[in-house]
Amino acid sequence: MNKATKTAYGAVVVVLAALVAVAVSSLVLVAIGANPLATFKVILTEPLKDLFGITEILVRSVPLILVALGIAISFRSGILNIGAEGQIQLGIISATLVALFLPDLPKALLLPLALVAGALGGALWGGIAGALKARLGVNEILSTVMLNYIAAQLYSFLLRGPLLDPAEITMGSGTPQSMRFPKAAWLDRIIPGTRLHWGLAVALALAFLVWLLLWRTTIGFKMRAAGAEAKAARYAGVKVERYLLVAMLFAGGFAGLAGAIEATGVHRRAIEGISSGYGFSGIVVALFGGLHPAGIVPAAAFFGLLLLGADMTQRAVGVPANMVLVLQGSIILAIVSARMLANNPYLQDRVGRRLERLLRPRRRATEADLAPEAAASDAAPANSATSATPAPASAAAPAETSDAERGS
Amino acid sequence: MGGEGARITSLGLEGITKRFPGVLACDGVSLDVGEGEVLALVGENGAGKTTLMNILMGLYRPDEGRILLNGVEQRFRSPSDAFAAGIGMVHQHFMLVPNLTVTENVALGMRSAHRGLRLDMKAVRRRIAEVSERHGLPVQAEAYVWQLSVGEQQRVELVKTLCLGARFLILDEPTSALTPQETDELIALLKHMTRELSVIFISHKLHEVKALSDTVTILRQGRVVFRGRTADHSPADLAALMTGHEVVLPCNACADECGKPLLVARDLKVRGDRGHLALDGLELELRSGEILGLAGVSGNGQRELAEAINGLRRIESGSIELAGEAIANLGPEEVIAKGMGYIPEDRNTEGIVPSFSIKENLVLKDFGTPAFSRASFLRLGAIDGNAEALKERFDIRCPSTKTAAGSLSGGNIQKVILARELARGPKALVAVYPTRGLDMGAEEYIHNQLLARRCEGVGILLISEELEEIMNLSDRIAVIYKGRVLAVIPGKDATKARLGMLMAGVVDE
Amino acid sequence: MDLLATLQNILSIGVPFSVALLIAGLGEMFNQRAGVFNLGCEGIMAMGAFLAFLPPFFLKAGPWAAYGNLLGLAAAMGAGALLGLLFALVTVSFKAPQGIAGIGLQMLGWGAAGTLFRHFVGGVTGIEGIPTLPIPGLSKLPFLGPVLFNHSVIAYLAFLLVPASWWLLFKTPWGLKVRAVGTYPRAADTLGIDVRRIRYQALALGGAMAGLAGAYLSLCQAKMFADDMIAGRGFIAVALVYFGRWHPAGILFGALLFSLAQAFQLAVQVLGIKFPYEFAVMLPYVLVIVVLSLARKSRMLGPSALGKPFDREMRI
Repeated sequence: MNKATKTAYGAVVVVLAALVAVAVSSLVLVAIGANPLATFKVILTEPLKDLFGITEILVRSVPLILVALGIAISFRSGILNIGAEGQIQLGIISATLVALFLPDLPKALLLPLALVAGALGGALWGGIAGALKARLGVNEILSTVMLNYIAAQLYSFLLRGPLLDPAEITMGSGTPQSMRFPKAAWLDRIIPGTRLHWGLAVALALAFLVWLLLWRTTIGFKMRAAGAEAKAARYAGVKVERYLLVAMLFAGGFAGLAGAIEATGVHRRAIEGISSGYGFSGIVVALFGGLHPAGIVPAAAFFGLLLLGADMTQRAVGVPANMVLVLQGSIILAIVSARMLANNPYLQDRVGRRLERLLRPRRRATEADLAPEAAASDAAPANSATSATPAPASAAAPAETSDAERGS
Repeated sequence: MGGEGARITSLGLEGITKRFPGVLACDGVSLDVGEGEVLALVGENGAGKTTLMNILMGLYRPDEGRILLNGVEQRFRSPSDAFAAGIGMVHQHFMLVPNLTVTENVALGMRSAHRGLRLDMKAVRRRIAEVSERHGLPVQAEAYVWQLSVGEQQRVELVKTLCLGARFLILDEPTSALTPQETDELIALLKHMTRELSVIFISHKLHEVKALSDTVTILRQGRVVFRGRTADHSPADLAALMTGHEVVLPCNACADECGKPLLVARDLKVRGDRGHLALDGLELELRSGEILGLAGVSGNGQRELAEAINGLRRIESGSIELAGEAIANLGPEEVIAKGMGYIPEDRNTEGIVPSFSIKENLVLKDFGTPAFSRASFLRLGAIDGNAEALKERFDIRCPSTKTAAGSLSGGNIQKVILARELARGPKALVAVYPTRGLDMGAEEYIHNQLLARRCEGVGILLISEELEEIMNLSDRIAVIYKGRVLAVIPGKDATKARLGMLMAGVVDE
Repeated sequence: MDLLATLQNILSIGVPFSVALLIAGLGEMFNQRAGVFNLGCEGIMAMGAFLAFLPPFFLKAGPWAAYGNLLGLAAAMGAGALLGLLFALVTVSFKAPQGIAGIGLQMLGWGAAGTLFRHFVGGVTGIEGIPTLPIPGLSKLPFLGPVLFNHSVIAYLAFLLVPASWWLLFKTPWGLKVRAVGTYPRAADTLGIDVRRIRYQALALGGAMAGLAGAYLSLCQAKMFADDMIAGRGFIAVALVYFGRWHPAGILFGALLFSLAQAFQLAVQVLGIKFPYEFAVMLPYVLVIVVLSLARKSRMLGPSALGKPFDREMRI
């Protein structure tokens, strides 16, 4: 297959997976008495009705792009980072500390410093899981999930304790949130009156840099080699363990930056529930985007739409917003299945042979008359090795017939 | 399972065809075996022998063709059906679950001992005792399989297959992991057993075929190219039929000019995966411009030696020097930088990154050098150029150098590895089973390449289980046994018998 | 004297805490022994907890109230088995990578439970649940009585599941097949054992047990449902299987260790030693990481084919 057909093929797989996921989610919708069509219509069209909706989609896609880029780096390097949620929170904490404790710095210094601090905070959190994996072989999925729970508690503790806005204690409602950041730590808005901020440009620039990193540099080469076949990479002199750690530092850094940007660009303070599941949605975006920056950017926009649309379903059609989790879960299941099915050489072979037969229907028809039993076997499920029925001895075809035709 | 069920008077395969993606493994193959007969099924690697037998066992469904037992067509949907019909197979890679005991391994397949939720272990033990008594195959029924030696596992496989009621036995390359002496014992045992059993014996070792079989069928590229009585044909005739052309594998005929010691290991102690000392005071000296063959039954420390030399396994004590520099316990990247080349044992997971393209695999060790990168950025043009040049020079058959390396045939994958390692201009090369599983054309090519490098002054450590390969190529032959080199003998003085004794640990003085 | 009372207190809180972990861990043990690593356990538990809660919630005052709990248990286990089969379809038949598929299943189960809960129930509502069943006589024993013999019937059942799982895994033909399939599927295949079928069965069983574990949480422990009530217990159960070296006794030990640590932390707070609540909640998660770091890596007796899909036609 050449590159163009390969890309097209990949796109078809993604679309098919999305359809299956929609079907699975519809089951849940039907169970709660909602109309799946109406629900998906709300999700997919309601946010697009005005400029505000569109900017909000983009606002949501910024953290999604960043998280997904980090996840793509880690997955490509052979380490499954499920810990973006916690890394986002660490990023927010670090950025908040910088913003609140150095309020007198000029903007040109404070804002970058807060963002870098956010990235470092996330990298630290990701690095823990990376180091545990590299050093002690601790399963990274379990450790990152645990680190998510730990980060959530840490975050909650800080917002209710040391970082709690003093105003909330004296006169406020006791909402757990930090003080507002000084203006010098604000990421400016692109369109005044909306929440769309320059973080979008940062995310897009980083998408390009990640592509450079993975496919154009020696570090990327080593990381991809370690992820594709760790043993061969080790035999070729790549320090696989080191690159597992590097990959987790990158992944955590990107998630941490996403958190810092969300805090400085959207809320201008640390608030409860700020990450709102971006860490998990980012996994879906990364997979949906084929673990490639060029796919991740559009996938993030699409999921920004889904997330915003799902927020609207409660009001419009009475479907709880948790529904989006169901959709994401089924998308993951569908997409990983579809990818394996699509890459299965046996299946490709079988489908290819069938296609070839379709292209030559006339000869097929006569053959089918001679060997009805064999024809019946074609109808059997493609994924089962049990489908081939032994053909009659007469089917021992002459040597000239091509392999493809003898598939019956 | 029918215990000692009906006799099998004849077994036939008719027009069996089976294809895998891109490969026609069996192409209209037919064969017949009569009662009490031993049929040798002969062919090169990849000729379709194992696939054919897996079809007979119900593991693969044939695309075409049928199986006839006593003249009646059979449809085997799973190996259970084949067992029920009295057919059993000993696979080349032992099919024993390592963390189960011998008895449990037998019980796994013995349907008659599965009584709902009860497992009748007594019946299994009785059956094992009965079979091992009858055929003279002692086994330790309560030992875990991982505790057994290769020879013992071979016996367990036979006992297991017989316990499941096999009256028709398929043996897939049963001698591939055995010493020559163990092989002789096995052949004697099998001769004894053929008094009551019919056997299909798969091999590409023709002297074994001569010793054991009544008739022979030769497969080449999935087709039957010959069938006849074994007694009527010489091994040389059979070899020519097997490969389709006269292949004379190259021999080491260069004048022996002893170079300086290049790779020297002293008192090397290295632990294996299970924590035992896999190398226990090994001494080895490889000179430049020579091929040193390392003969031995697999599992005597070969893998650990290759990994220790290449920085992939920690060395407990002892030293390794390459051209006078200590390389013990350096990382693999440092050993590579010092000029070591390595053809690892498992080419698909150790030699290449299968999902990477051929051109990426060809620079897998060198992408960081100035030739292929500048300031950490890859020089894609140089990488492409390198790939095209090596593709020509090493005759790598591929649609394009962008193709994923994992999709190539075994021989071409090995050429990619060879091209990468040799193009680097190594001082020394460790080649582990470099031709395992390849057809003779590829084998010939690789042997020629190794000999050419030897004449250029590269020192080559050739680790192999194939005595012929070692004897053909080596200037000197070292025999490894239980983690030590027992003896080093000049290649021209080596005989199979002498090597065989040494491989079994017998030092004759 | 006071010390003994505290100890009794810790143990009698800790023992019921361990039940959900124990049941889910034993279920996951069957999955992993058969070679499949099911991280979706967390999501299955969420569904189990919700579906077990629903019938008693609806039947609260009606004439069928008596059957609510039973119906809930059946629904939880049935749905768990179905989700296990869905995971089998994805990982065994389609051969998708198990780690990421597990996360997908977790999201699916968790999201579906939350969605259904918001729709059918809405907010926090208590149910009567399954009452504790003090064992006559034994529960009156000093110290041991409250620690061991004053729990719900499911807790007793869970502890009986330990020897039962051992027997099933090590003494029956099915268990033998499960162990073979998880270690060397190709060998099992050559003996005519249907690798796929055994893995499907093990995943269905593991799923049903995860569903039961979730049901225990909503029916016996919390007597309510909230969509974050599983709180990582499914993931901890997966970690316990490694820690327990794929053996029922090891898993029992691990489950008790975790829940006693949790009970200890509660007891410390009750004693008035102040430290932030959040850090107390963190403790079990930190413990998981510590335990995983200390677990020895030798796999000699474990399922060595864990995580690897089996394909008969992929040649060696």
